[in-house]
Amino acid sequence: MRLLPALLHLYPASFRADYGREMESIAESRLSDARSAGERFGIWLDTIGDIVASSVAVHWDILKQDLRYTARTLARSPGFALTAVLVTALGVGANTAAFSVADFVLIRPLPYRDSDRLVKIWEAPRDGTNGRNEVSPALFKEWSTNARSFESMGAYYNAAVNLVGTGEPVRLDAAFVTGGLLPILGVSPARGRLINESDIRDGSAVVISRSLWLSRFGADESIIGKRVLVDGSPRVIVGVMPEDFHYPSRRVSIWVPMSPDVINDEDVSNTFWYVLAKLKKNVSHEQARSEMRVIADRSRAVHPAELEEATFAVDRLRDEFSRQSKILLLALCGAAGCVLLIACANLANLLLARALVRRRELVVRSALGAGRERIVRQSITESLVLAIVGGALGVVVAYVSVPLLTRLVPNTLPIAQTPSVDPRIVIFAALITLITGVGFGVLPAWKSAGELELAGLRDGSRAGGGRRERARSILVVAEVMASVVLLISAGLLMRALLRLQDTDPGFRVANVLTLRTELPQPKYDSTNRRVVFYDQVLTSVRAIPGVSSAAYATALPMVMTGGIWRVLKEGEAPAGPAEMASSRFVSPQYFKTLKIPLRKGRDIEEIDDPAHPMAAVVSESFVRKFFGDRDPIGQRFTFRGDLNLTIVGVVGDVRVRGLEQTSEPQVYMSYRQFPDGQGNFYAPKDLVISSTVPPSVLVPAVRRIVERADPEQPISEVRPLSEIVSDATAARSVQVRVLLAFAAVAFILAAIGIHGLLSFSVSSRQHEIGVRMALGAQRGDIMKMVMRQGAILAAAGVIPGLFIAYLAGRSMQSLLAGVEPSDMMTFGAAGALCIVMTMVGTFAPAMRAVRVDPADAFRTEA
Amino acid sequence: MPNDKIDALLPLPPATFHILIALAREDRHGYAVIQDIEQRTGGELRLSPGTLYRSIQRMLEQGLIRETRERPAPELDDERRRYYRITPFGEDVARAEAQRMSALVKMARAQGLVLSRA
Repeated sequence: MRLLPALLHLYPASFRADYGREMESIAESRLSDARSAGERFGIWLDTIGDIVASSVAVHWDILKQDLRYTARTLARSPGFALTAVLVTALGVGANTAAFSVADFVLIRPLPYRDSDRLVKIWEAPRDGTNGRNEVSPALFKEWSTNARSFESMGAYYNAAVNLVGTGEPVRLDAAFVTGGLLPILGVSPARGRLINESDIRDGSAVVISRSLWLSRFGADESIIGKRVLVDGSPRVIVGVMPEDFHYPSRRVSIWVPMSPDVINDEDVSNTFWYVLAKLKKNVSHEQARSEMRVIADRSRAVHPAELEEATFAVDRLRDEFSRQSKILLLALCGAAGCVLLIACANLANLLLARALVRRRELVVRSALGAGRERIVRQSITESLVLAIVGGALGVVVAYVSVPLLTRLVPNTLPIAQTPSVDPRIVIFAALITLITGVGFGVLPAWKSAGELELAGLRDGSRAGGGRRERARSILVVAEVMASVVLLISAGLLMRALLRLQDTDPGFRVANVLTLRTELPQPKYDSTNRRVVFYDQVLTSVRAIPGVSSAAYATALPMVMTGGIWRVLKEGEAPAGPAEMASSRFVSPQYFKTLKIPLRKGRDIEEIDDPAHPMAAVVSESFVRKFFGDRDPIGQRFTFRGDLNLTIVGVVGDVRVRGLEQTSEPQVYMSYRQFPDGQGNFYAPKDLVISSTVPPSVLVPAVRRIVERADPEQPISEVRPLSEIVSDATAARSVQVRVLLAFAAVAFILAAIGIHGLLSFSVSSRQHEIGVRMALGAQRGDIMKMVMRQGAILAAAGVIPGLFIAYLAGRSMQSLLAGVEPSDMMTFGAAGALCIVMTMVGTFAPAMRAVRVDPADAFRTEA
Repeated sequence: MPNDKIDALLPLPPATFHILIALAREDRHGYAVIQDIEQRTGGELRLSPGTLYRSIQRMLEQGLIRETRERPAPELDDERRRYYRITPFGEDVARAEAQRMSALVKMARAQGLVLSRA
């Protein structure tokens, strides 16, 4: 008979208390009436089935009842209900969004087979700094024969190609690959096959992306074997990659085998390859790293000049994005965590306050016979309803905001642009709010129900024992602290952003149109042939009404950050540390178009052609670095080891590497003196046009001019120069905005917290205030008393908050673009805001305290 | 008794109606209610204790029945039992339900849906 009492525990305690014993007696009677063991067994089965089924029904009855009750009570205090739901929604939403993005970028494995074994190998400075340089084909060849840590190795470089297949020629981002590259990733093509070693010799195959197949070939079922022209040479499409395949970046839509000439290049200093390798099973990154260090030492012995400063670095493919992006994402998660913490603290505060307000109601209910269990259960239902509604709204918030956070996904990562909301994170965030809601909703109810059964009704409505108020004060202090940290962090990042946007790039941004005409090989192998094209285009463009000047250049500042070559002054031996400068081949008027000031000497001119000595215009920092105070005009130096240049002019410095990085000194050479047969990478291809009319107006005319010069030549990257510069800070400004939004949410929540605590404290101390006033306290004294309480709460939060904010600022110093983590202006502004917040949060409760009528205080006692 | 309060409860769940009938003439404890219903339906309806007490709990809340302190002689009693009595409201509701059902039967008979007693 032990089983039955145990089974009865399936019922709610109140039901069990009322009917349990009688149900036991019924079962006993039935069992004793039974005539056989079989019948007894039947009765047992019957009873068990009955209890299980009906206990579910009874629980359901109670739930319905509690839900109705909850709906009624929440409808009676909509302010509380709305605040609780919004607080929960913000907490859950912010976290789900932030952690979804972080998980997507930092944690989730890349979509390749054995992606944790994929690494990239780079040339890196020996001094251990973070720089990473491309690799030369010659070195790649040495590694792939010598290194033992890797199962396979492949290389690629990025270039743009002209594709002529169906319709107009298009400009596409391409990856030129070795035969080994695509197989390393372990992704099967959707159609056809991958590029392999035999394609290198044959040289006619290309593989295209699914999006290209859809957009340019109309999802042609017989695409495999189709003939196309890539940069003028005939190719055959041998494969189509699947939809979610991106490598090396999201933009690449065609993969082309490298030519054997490129692969067999012997020049160790010709560095333009990216190397991808797969570690052998059981070989750790550390092992691979040390092996590559050994190989680096050996290679340096063979090529002392080229590899003097270099060693080789092995990085996980997963980590292939900047430390900055990583820190920013972590900062974002920290911010989201703060918001969740504040949201939970606020929810807890709301529920605690409400429990105290409802003490009387609870007492009445328990006096009317509701057991402690029923009261607690009712509270759980209420908290759950709030948490679930808030959580559901939070998930909506997350789904809406995740697409807004796509700018936080570094575009160097070969993954889709839009992170998805991860259901696991939704569940995690929901659980936290649920625990908060239930925990802080139930505990007070449990306690009240217990202690008040006795304390009873005579206690009056004075509530809020010292201990509980202390708990709530701690929560509010934590909220204030977290919001100060967030405010200051966001403020520091905003100052950094403003400082960057204020940075002078060294060239003029307004009313400059840029576009690219990348002349294909081998059609434009000779520089003479290119110059004919350039001159025809430039002459016609300069003749368009409204155009003040136009020029061609290898690449725009901030777009191409490479082309950093070694400088050797005349008569200097290649000993000592290599001194580098960044290179550009430009046409006349380049400086005029970009308003880069000419400080000395002359511009690049048409006479700087192959018949004359190679001319160079250098930047001011170049002069400072190599010639000090001497007159640089007429000085000679060797660039990249093979270009012998004579300085003819000096111009202002330009931030070629973007607003955040320091740039090398710059060297500009004549477009007519670009050596023949050197490929496309450094050949002039970007057209810049300065105008007195809005740049977009010029586009149709420029298109016609290019078409006249070469009907097969596509145009790409049409955009104003201002866009390039603002893009340089775009990701950052999105991040700052997100962080500011979080800080604002935290700030508002903290204000709600202070206001809630103080107004509660005032209403529960009404009696005391009344007595004080009856005893002669002035309204000013009462006001001061409440304000002081607010000020103490704020100070207790702000002071440690400032300290933590300083630490947080130091940990993200690399993002601050030179703004000090102790920036006085930010700290001052945040401090002032906190004072305002406290005043606002305290004012209403203080006014209420002042309006207390002493007579009322005594009346409530009656 | 306000009619809309009665109407709000109609139609009654069968178990509720049977319990009201069982309590119409005398107070009974739970097991006795089960046995009475079983007897009167010729064994066709046998309420399980779980169903019974869930119904009783709701009927108490609705005011259809109440618990009574009057108990039989100690030698016939089991102290674990509780005895229930129909309230005047409960009688009204039972009557209204009976009327509702007979009206339904009348309609069905008019359409030839009820077999004649012959």
